[in-house]
Amino acid sequence: MAAIELSDVRKTYPGGFEAVKGISLPIRDGEFVVLVGPSGCGKSTLLRMIAGLERITSGTVKIANRVVNNLEPMQRDIAMVFQNYALYPHMTVFQNLAYGLKNRGMAKSEIDIRVDEVARILEIEPYLARKPRALSGGQRQRVAMGRAIVREPAAFLFDEPLSNLDAKLRIQMRGEIKQLQKRLGTTSVYVTHDQLEAMTLADRLVVLNTGEIEQIGTPLDIYRRPATTFVAAFIGSPAMNLVKAHRRSGAAVFGDASLPMADDIASGMEVTVGVRPEDLTVAGTKDALRLTLKIAYVEELGATRLVHGTVDGQNLVASVPVDCPLGETLEVHAEPSALHFFDPQTGRRLN
Amino acid sequence: MQTKRTVFGSPVLPYLLVLPQLAITFVFFLWPAGQAVWQSFLREDPFGLKTSFVWFANYQKLFVDPQYLYSLQITAVFALSVAVLSIGSALVLAVAADRMIRLSQTYTTLLVWPYAVAPAVAGVMWWFMFNPTIGIMSYMLEMLGYDWNHSLNPTDAMILVVIAASWKQISYNFLFFLAGLQAIPASLNEAAAIDGAGPVKRFFTIVLPLLSPTTFFLAVVNMVYAMFDTFAVIHATTQGGPSGSTAILVYKVFQDGFIGLKLGSSAAQSVVLMVIVITLTVIQFRWVERHVEY
Repeated sequence: MAAIELSDVRKTYPGGFEAVKGISLPIRDGEFVVLVGPSGCGKSTLLRMIAGLERITSGTVKIANRVVNNLEPMQRDIAMVFQNYALYPHMTVFQNLAYGLKNRGMAKSEIDIRVDEVARILEIEPYLARKPRALSGGQRQRVAMGRAIVREPAAFLFDEPLSNLDAKLRIQMRGEIKQLQKRLGTTSVYVTHDQLEAMTLADRLVVLNTGEIEQIGTPLDIYRRPATTFVAAFIGSPAMNLVKAHRRSGAAVFGDASLPMADDIASGMEVTVGVRPEDLTVAGTKDALRLTLKIAYVEELGATRLVHGTVDGQNLVASVPVDCPLGETLEVHAEPSALHFFDPQTGRRLN
Repeated sequence: MQTKRTVFGSPVLPYLLVLPQLAITFVFFLWPAGQAVWQSFLREDPFGLKTSFVWFANYQKLFVDPQYLYSLQITAVFALSVAVLSIGSALVLAVAADRMIRLSQTYTTLLVWPYAVAPAVAGVMWWFMFNPTIGIMSYMLEMLGYDWNHSLNPTDAMILVVIAASWKQISYNFLFFLAGLQAIPASLNEAAAIDGAGPVKRFFTIVLPLLSPTTFFLAVVNMVYAMFDTFAVIHATTQGGPSGSTAILVYKVFQDGFIGLKLGSSAAQSVVLMVIVITLTVIQFRWVERHVEY
């Protein structure tokens, strides 16, 4: 168990492409940190630099207060779960789990005890004598997890470990990973492009974009107060509505609605307004702040209904109860506290 | 493996479609093989004027002939040496090429060139390099204090034909190993590195076992090659000498049949060779079917 500290970590590939542009991130002992971002944002590269599979161009990586920049992966005391599991196909499950222990010169009796213990925790005891190819996707995933925890490393690194599983199994394994990490209390860094996976697993979420950190915070913080339009659009499903509005004194005007906005928070004449689909409710008679949504099409989700439409030529999605009557248009309402304002140039949050 | 079944309208059509292939197989493989078997039961004079049917007399004589038994023995030594040498060198080269980041394409292309050299030319080239009087290799060996002479020393002769025969085969093996190496996911090596295995340990515990189907396939292919396709190499270098020490089975077939004109014995020898190659092929198919799926 150990803390991990990244300071100004950079990765430049030969040819000049900068994959990671100076990332500083302290990770506390026992914390579950999720790196999330679209493909190509540098999240996997960053993880591989922590693991020692990728050279660090500049900056330092510390694991347990020890600079590991020039250490081999095996000397860093970490374990990694790969996207394709990377199980050794010619070894049985038992041998797969024992390989790392054997390489470290552990006594055979001790190895047996450890492997049995891990197999019991992960409920893979019946498969110990099988080869990976005779296992299902979920079982392979468990073996890959087992190979990581059997070594009792200082930190777990997960590189999109659930993306090869079907949707149902993914949700189940997500829960199991979370429980297991809580129980073992091992520092974990988890990389994913799936924002839902990120939200559900993380103690702390790090949103990355083009090699830079967009925002760090607890999942709820980030959901409630996204720091940039990128984060606002990336976290949350369906994505947050982002529309352009004009400034008038004390308000942002959008279509026929005037959205209250403090004067001191922006300088320009334009402003990007964000509002989550679930914060757009069907307007009651008393609500002053209302928008008239011209309905384009409706998506039924069972529990709720997504209404896609336009206001003033800009697309907007509202998530409304299934029992609300729909016509050509829909009057929706938003609480002023649910509005997010962003600078249209920099994308930074204003309020 | 799943195969799609094709349904033909007419029952004759499928047979018609495989007929060209069957015709080729018959004319070029089955018929000559049958002829060899038939001839191995005959005793003929060199001019084909008198022929008598002698049953297994040719075979009986063969297996008490000390020269033939000797040839059998050196064939085994030769085939094994060629397989080990060419597979070993090819593996080393393939691992080197797999690690290369730049110019690996060029390197690969250059390594494949020897395969395009005609066996006889390759043989002459090696014969020239090891020539006791004018060869550069024998000159260098002499500086090291070794008196190389493959026209007098049977061991030297064997080493020469093994090198000459292996040289060409390295290119072929190299391509298979390189493809095999590139088929191993990089994450396996990375996982092993995290699991505490150094590069050498990774090679022996991860890479080599995963290459074992390739290695086995190549071992059989190389043995078959060494036994049957090395006639030109031997003919161009040692011509079976000195005193038959490099006259492997296939070369002896030629010597006895075309030079000695013992047609019956030569036919019997080729039938023995045929049996050996069939056995090797059967072993390969059996083994590959059982072990290729790790």
